[in-house]
Amino acid sequence: MEKKIMLGNEAIARGAYEAGVKVSSAYPGTPSTEISENIVKYPEIYAEWSPNEKVAMEVAIGASMSGVRAIASMKMVGVNVAADPLFTVSYIGVNGGLVLVAADDPGLYSSQNEQDSRCVARVAQIPVLEPADSAEAKEYTKAAFEISEKYDCPVMIRTTTRLAHSQGVVELNDRVEIEDKVYERNIRKNVMMPANAKLRHVVVEKRLKDLAEDACTMPINTVEMKDTKIGVITSGIPYQYVKEALPNASVLKLGLVHPLPKKLIEEFASKVDTLYVVEELEPLIEEQVKSWGIKCHGKDILTLQGEYSANMLRKAILNEEVKTEEPAQVPARPPILCPGCPHRSTFTVLKELNLHAAGDIGCYTLGAVAPLNVIDTTVCMGSSISTLHGMEKAKGKEYIKDWVAVIGDSTFLHTGINSLLNMVYNKSTGTVIIVDNSTTGMTGHQDHAATGKTLKGEATYAVDLIDLCHALGVEYVTVVNAFDTETLKKTVKEEVARDAVSVIISQAPCALLKTNVSHKKCVAIPDKCKKCGICLKPGCPAITKKADGTIAIDDTMCNGCGLCASRCKFGAIETVEV
Amino acid sequence: METKSIMIVGVGGQGTLLTSRILGGVITSAGYDVKLSEVHGMAQRGGSVVTFVRYGEKVYEPIVEEGCADVLIAFERLEALRYAHFLKKDGVLIVNDQRIDPMTVVTGAAEYPENILEDLSKKYKVMSVDAMAEAKKLGNAKVFNTIIVGIAAKHMDFAKEDWINVIEKTVPQKTIDINKAAFEAGYAL
Repeated sequence: MEKKIMLGNEAIARGAYEAGVKVSSAYPGTPSTEISENIVKYPEIYAEWSPNEKVAMEVAIGASMSGVRAIASMKMVGVNVAADPLFTVSYIGVNGGLVLVAADDPGLYSSQNEQDSRCVARVAQIPVLEPADSAEAKEYTKAAFEISEKYDCPVMIRTTTRLAHSQGVVELNDRVEIEDKVYERNIRKNVMMPANAKLRHVVVEKRLKDLAEDACTMPINTVEMKDTKIGVITSGIPYQYVKEALPNASVLKLGLVHPLPKKLIEEFASKVDTLYVVEELEPLIEEQVKSWGIKCHGKDILTLQGEYSANMLRKAILNEEVKTEEPAQVPARPPILCPGCPHRSTFTVLKELNLHAAGDIGCYTLGAVAPLNVIDTTVCMGSSISTLHGMEKAKGKEYIKDWVAVIGDSTFLHTGINSLLNMVYNKSTGTVIIVDNSTTGMTGHQDHAATGKTLKGEATYAVDLIDLCHALGVEYVTVVNAFDTETLKKTVKEEVARDAVSVIISQAPCALLKTNVSHKKCVAIPDKCKKCGICLKPGCPAITKKADGTIAIDDTMCNGCGLCASRCKFGAIETVEV
Repeated sequence: METKSIMIVGVGGQGTLLTSRILGGVITSAGYDVKLSEVHGMAQRGGSVVTFVRYGEKVYEPIVEEGCADVLIAFERLEALRYAHFLKKDGVLIVNDQRIDPMTVVTGAAEYPENILEDLSKKYKVMSVDAMAEAKKLGNAKVFNTIIVGIAAKHMDFAKEDWINVIEKTVPQKTIDINKAAFEAGYAL
């Protein structure tokens, strides 16, 4: 059998392939993005980037209703966007198997909160599988489709960043083609109006009960009896820390973390002296175990925040302090906008105009920190426009004359459109700047509805952002080259002063796009440098101040965007062709 | 065999992921169980990034903990200092002698530490190289990370041919020759 080293996400994609999946839908979001990027490599599967997670979920639901196996994948905050269809498809159930991959981010590597999607699944009353490594990620994906079809319900696979972005060895199997299920009209099951939903709710409750009963004998839940002094109930990545820190402990490893196998847990608990529940984030397992009158330790000795590690368990459970060298006191290195990033140019203009920005989700969220300090607020995808509108309604149009909303092109198409529609409908004023870098940048360059390309790489209709804004009722729409700082500054001044909704599309492709090859470099001319430091203000990592006060430009980092040269009044930086 | 732990650290955008992919390929071809843990997403944008690699008969934990790394490969001096305490007492530290100022230094909120390599040499076995200069000698600054791979290969227990085979399979077709030359240059240092 062929063995391959795979990312957790790559293994989920392989699992979907082997399970005979025919439709995959998603919106990019760390740490889920690579699932779709790998699924698309299998020509047997139709795969798409949908404009947002709600749409992605509904696409997968439609595919399932028609009788094929379908998978939707998203990061955990995307699950919130998809919650509406998710909570109701739980009542409807499936025809072809339906799987949702929810990628959580304990430790907040690239997210705005640290929510635990297992809790969402519990409220939505759907089963949750939690793999612990790449090999399990593949096998559990296949198991999820079996459970989905056997119990007539959508199934969540919950991953975390540490699983999604860790590579491990996976054995590859062949794809099994699944015959399409027959579609039959059944409005009692598929049309969720009150009379039907009431009956389906009964089915949902019975289904969960059956699943909990059957979970006691499912091979996906395993008991490893060793020394009985310490017993641990765990699942997912924390299982690895348990095995590393407590190699002799007895372990109940749950593959199905919702609903829980009560009898199996009671039996396990009765055989061990002290029981621990080891789970990252919320005490989902612990609280249920305790509700059955079983004594255990969990969040009384372990944190609710961030990731765990073997050393953390050694300390909390064994009282073993692992002595290590003190870390050196070094300057922090937070993420920054790349050299040549067009957002830096837009933010430099906003900063020079002393404007506040209601921000959004993307690389440009980094405009909140030094030295740019332009973005004041960031909540979630699409929120920049609606929060600006809320301020205008609360405080009046004069109040937001020194504010703008800043949103990326992909984020605008995700959930910004509704917010802009609302501004026009409810007679707001205010300026929205769409920082259009022609891609979904932060997640690593995914296409969207305005790029003219599908996930499969096929040419398609590219929605015109100008026409779209006009169609929503925005009269004043201006397109400016993001690096033309003079024009951009003039335009922003004019539009912010206007008593109407206006949109400025600040346009320039992401500096990292493969299609965006620069043949320019910026060169410092020390003789002309007056050491004023204005070129350092935009915070480009390619420029540093030398000991004598003049500046140096790192030619391996610089991509010749010319922003620094445009700031220098003394001609001490030249942009040259290379 | 006891599980071996390796860390690759650097600044997001320096290409540490390519290095970990090559390392992962070499370990797998030797038949070991292996886990690699990477950083994707926002942290990749010029932030401090770390890849954990663990291999042996059977690997559980996908991360390397403080005081446990056999080899630390640092793509930048400050990052070497930031993660040095992850090394075992007799661990090997391979450092690309490059300075990239973090924004905290650019804005004057912090100072870039002096004498990093000298200080680290007092505690650890340090191999340092200006890989960027070596890569420029070969005519392509971008392959500096493959030079670092070449140096690391000398301090690990895999055959030179295995490394070259994996590099051939991992890097883009048209850059195979320059990457092989870069590996050889690093290996000879």
